[in-house]
Amino acid sequence: MSKISLIIQREYLSRVRSRSFILTTFLTPLLFVALIFGAAYLSYKGKTQIKVAVVDENGFFKDRLKGDDDLQFYFPENIDTSNYLSKGYSALLTITKLNTSKQQTFYVRSQKAIGVDASQSIEGKIDDVVEDNMLQQSGIMRSRLDSIHKNSHIAKIVSLEENEGAAKESNQLLASVVGYVCGTLIYLVLLIYGMMVLRGVMEEKTNRIAEVIVSSVKPFELMMGKIVGIGAVGLTQFIMWIILIIVLFTGAQAFIPHDTMQQVQALQQHNSMMQGNAPQVSQGAQFIFNAQHTLNTANWTLIICCFIFYFLGGYLFYASLFAAVGCVTEDVQSSQSLTLPITMPVIFSFIIGTNAVQVPDSSLAIWASIIPFSSPIVMMSRIAYGVPGTVPYWQLISSIVALITGFLFTTWLAGKIYRTGILMYGKKTSWKEMWKWAFRRS
Amino acid sequence: MKTTVQVCDPASSPGQAAGTMPQSFNCWLPKNLPLHLTRNKLQMNILELHHLKKYFATQKAVDDISFDIEQGNIFGLLGPNGAGKTTLLRMITGIFYPDEGEVILDGKKFDPVADIIKIGYMPEERGLYKKMKIGDQATYLAQLKGLSKNDAIQKIKFWFERLEMQSWWNKKVEDLSKGMSQKLQFVTTVLHEPKLIILDEPFSGLDPVNANLIKDEIYGLAQRGSTIIFSTHRMEQVEEICDRIVLVNLGKKILDGTVQQVKNDFKENKFSIQLNGVPATIDSSLFEVIEQQANKLTVKINEGVKSNDILKYFIDQQINIEGFNEILPSLNNIFIRLVEGTKSTTRQFQKI
Repeated sequence: MSKISLIIQREYLSRVRSRSFILTTFLTPLLFVALIFGAAYLSYKGKTQIKVAVVDENGFFKDRLKGDDDLQFYFPENIDTSNYLSKGYSALLTITKLNTSKQQTFYVRSQKAIGVDASQSIEGKIDDVVEDNMLQQSGIMRSRLDSIHKNSHIAKIVSLEENEGAAKESNQLLASVVGYVCGTLIYLVLLIYGMMVLRGVMEEKTNRIAEVIVSSVKPFELMMGKIVGIGAVGLTQFIMWIILIIVLFTGAQAFIPHDTMQQVQALQQHNSMMQGNAPQVSQGAQFIFNAQHTLNTANWTLIICCFIFYFLGGYLFYASLFAAVGCVTEDVQSSQSLTLPITMPVIFSFIIGTNAVQVPDSSLAIWASIIPFSSPIVMMSRIAYGVPGTVPYWQLISSIVALITGFLFTTWLAGKIYRTGILMYGKKTSWKEMWKWAFRRS
Repeated sequence: MKTTVQVCDPASSPGQAAGTMPQSFNCWLPKNLPLHLTRNKLQMNILELHHLKKYFATQKAVDDISFDIEQGNIFGLLGPNGAGKTTLLRMITGIFYPDEGEVILDGKKFDPVADIIKIGYMPEERGLYKKMKIGDQATYLAQLKGLSKNDAIQKIKFWFERLEMQSWWNKKVEDLSKGMSQKLQFVTTVLHEPKLIILDEPFSGLDPVNANLIKDEIYGLAQRGSTIIFSTHRMEQVEEICDRIVLVNLGKKILDGTVQQVKNDFKENKFSIQLNGVPATIDSSLFEVIEQQANKLTVKINEGVKSNDILKYFIDQQINIEGFNEILPSLNNIFIRLVEGTKSTTRQFQKI
């Protein structure tokens, strides 16, 4: 077996077998789900009902001001600012005499200020009553207006993009979500696995095992073995997550009632024929169908292939730089000032990436998705908008070529720094010195 | 000398022809070779350094050093801190490429990739993976040297048994004491029985019992045909173990020879004489008394005088001589005398 594959094997197995890897791989998706549900649950649970006592100077609000789960309105007699708390109300709303067609300010008094949600909700409810009242005065039936509203909301935009003659349905919202998620994942990958490489190299140096090893293998082999091994760890983790997510989703589908699924299938058939009336289906089936339909508009093969390429390319590009820093430092503290020039471009490209998700064809987004420093993040936030629609082939190809050239260059550079740095002890190294090591003769 | 050179030498065991030699002696001689040829072959140099140079940005770390090491020797590489020893060793092990000059290993130009299996190097800055199990770690390091996995495990088991470390296999390095990990490090260095073993301060951190254990192993390896380069500051160990030494200072070789030869070269003609009674006055043109303790004299004899002349002087005076021996300088003294005053301890950075 060749030596580099021995090193890769050790780096990979020692990490994959560790308890922390198993825990993070299995717990992160669960934690993620728990976080989403937990946040939803807390925001639901955390709300307490506000009992609002109303002083109405107009006389027509009583019974028409509708309460809900969060707000309850009461119209008690003899209530004022001095006694509403003692009578058990948490807030006092005074609706002064209305002047027609004028913005008006009403005051809600309470022990602690009510939230933005609650005050907006109260505003809306007052507006509804005022509208109601005005409709009544001008002789329009509320129920009639509602039915007109319902029947007039018919327009739905589906955007189609030109695709070699045939128009293809695209979905802006999905593209931006996919772009955002992919960009964020790559950003996390670069930082997390980059730092893992840095720590691994630093460990070898502080353990003083580096010289023992480089007497058997070339320093470059040691560095590449570590980078590739940790990269494989990252890839394994992602594949595990994807499998877990698929399992969770199929598991969740098992809970959907059988007839709902049949209705979904009916909708699919109907959609492919594009004629006749839509079959009558339940809301749940409609929702599932819409979700599936939206997901199908994206080119998943392209997205996943690009994700893996930019994941690996970006990782190789930055990991070798992290390795170069790791080999010149012996403690975390002194490594921090040296890692800053590496983490800054990553953070910048994340910022550009969030921007590119909104405006995927701005010139900043285009250039940032070609330059290898930022292309892994920025290109991934654009790619979901479609190739060759938003991202023409020349951009994708030059981005790929630039990234490959880029990581070959950084690996070569890091290899030269590594060779000298890994055997230096008790000396603080600056970027200037590392630059000298990289570009001197021999 | 305790080397294979003598053991294998057909001249010293005339009854045994080269072809019928026991296998354990690692002799790779073709059958029926003429005696004079076998002799030359056996005394070949395992390592030859020709005018090695390595200049760093601010220092001539190694500045034109040449020497040869015979197979089976225990060779001491000495020098003050920063003399260039580590750089020299790194060039021999292929970690650094020399700027100039060449390294000849085993008769051929040294090849840093193919010759790794022939070398075992225990650097001064050494360590192990703390979280890795000891058995796995030793296997991994041996595989990196080029052994197959099965070979590696077999050899590790052999050495672990030999040094009573069998129970360590599934422990982690972080569970070991400093001395224990030192022992493990030694095993990982020598387990592939390389032709050339390089040990940089091998006894640091070892108690006397373990140090003796390792010392015996070093003798054993030398007897089985390995050559050992031994780099240290501990002169008493060098005196005890090494056949030959080279002293480097400021990147240059300043001394080269067998321990005995070096001591003879630096002797100051001092003798210690034990008498049964000291005469009241000693007045001789032959020698000067440097020190007197009861009946024991330390004398320095003058130029051109032989030791027998001094004995004769006392015999003529009817004084019984109970002991007489030459005082040779210790390597420690020679080292200090050579290195002191060269400002090597505060080596200056210079432009090259």
